[in-house]
Amino acid sequence: MSLWEYANPRRFMATSSWLLPPLVVLSALLIATGLVWGFFFTPDDFRQGSTVKIIYLHVPAALMAINAWLMMLVCSLIWIIRRHHVSALAARAAAPIGMVMTLIALFTGAIWGKPMWGTYWEWDPRLTSFLILFLFYIGYMALWEAIENPDAAADLTSVLCIVGSVFALLSRYAVLFWNQGLHQGATFSLDKEQNISNVFWYPAVISMAGFVCLFVTLVLYRTRMEIRRRRLHALDARSMAA
Amino acid sequence: MIALLRRDLALAFRAGGGFGLGLAFFLIVTVLVPFGVGPNSATLGLIAPGILWLGALLACLLSLDRVFALDWEDGSLDLLATAPLPLEGVAVSKALAHWITTGLPLVAISPLLGLFLSLPTGAMPWLILSLLIGTPALSWLGTFGAALTVGLKRGGLLMSLLVLPLYIPTLIFGAEVIKRGADGLATATPLAFLAGITLGTVALLPFATAAALRVNLR
Repeated sequence: MSLWEYANPRRFMATSSWLLPPLVVLSALLIATGLVWGFFFTPDDFRQGSTVKIIYLHVPAALMAINAWLMMLVCSLIWIIRRHHVSALAARAAAPIGMVMTLIALFTGAIWGKPMWGTYWEWDPRLTSFLILFLFYIGYMALWEAIENPDAAADLTSVLCIVGSVFALLSRYAVLFWNQGLHQGATFSLDKEQNISNVFWYPAVISMAGFVCLFVTLVLYRTRMEIRRRRLHALDARSMAA
Repeated sequence: MIALLRRDLALAFRAGGGFGLGLAFFLIVTVLVPFGVGPNSATLGLIAPGILWLGALLACLLSLDRVFALDWEDGSLDLLATAPLPLEGVAVSKALAHWITTGLPLVAISPLLGLFLSLPTGAMPWLILSLLIGTPALSWLGTFGAALTVGLKRGGLLMSLLVLPLYIPTLIFGAEVIKRGADGLATATPLAFLAGITLGTVALLPFATAAALRVNLR
């Protein structure tokens, strides 16, 4: 099994159709476990009270918001370098999901921010860079929609994704320079001694794994949809020509 | 490359080339600001760096659709693509022409507008310097955006959606230089970052621009 086999849409459709049902079940199970454990079976934080429980939605969504863009970048590179058609469609499929994850992270953050920081919105580096990421998602999707020729659209959006990645990263560190914020530092790092307590850590990790599975599932679904849409276009064109 | 640059400059400077429109826009934006926030000179001085940079950004953006669109319509872009000059070279000279016709005049009149917005005199050199260093990045990024959307019917709005997020780092460091200059702080760090962004875009972005042009000319 190699990545290049799945440049053939037929192979991709066959594999993804048997991969999808277990993935759906797995992501539902993981998210349900993570959220139920997190919401009902963890103690309240000694300072934040029960508001801390929104972390089981906030952190996984934020994680996926960034990783969705990373996945789009990898897919764009694969498309540009090797003309892997399914890869281009997967990048297109991932964009709306990533955008929604960014929105979820921003909204849950706002809801969490009101009782804790006393404000829904603050021009904090992390918040600002997420807003910027959201803008990049919108631009990327708008470019896909605007161009009719699918191969040209895939090429141009890939170039935009690569340039955009550089500038999203630049903006991330530029806003750090511009304003110091309220947001706490990383508490889920793998390389630090002092982290969040294990009581909160286990359900959060399960929830994160659930969101990863959810993301993969949704991307597979949407990629299948894109492939079917391309086939439909091809059929249309053929019946027009006949 | 130099011939192309001279041709673009001549086209821009002669009648109907739209040279000066960006300048007039910059002027109007700056004149409108005091009506919006009131004539209090302390407030104006405080927001002047941001307003001047935003004005420069928008003035730059307005003139971007001219970079490739006219050549695309009359077919000279196809000729340029088949010419011995590589498309990367075309991208560079287009961006340079755009900077000379919009960025450079903006730098030249910015002290006057800074005066309107009661920017402290101590910040004037920093205003000029930061615009001088930062605006090439705006032109190069804008040329990239123009190349992405050149084949589209109504590309203007989409282009601003694509290009403006790319302007964020330049805006942050550019305005920061002036703010620090006004407060008498050291400006070397943001200036270095600004120059780094400009040099990086000038060096690397023509390749992306040329790639986008090639796709659009297919």
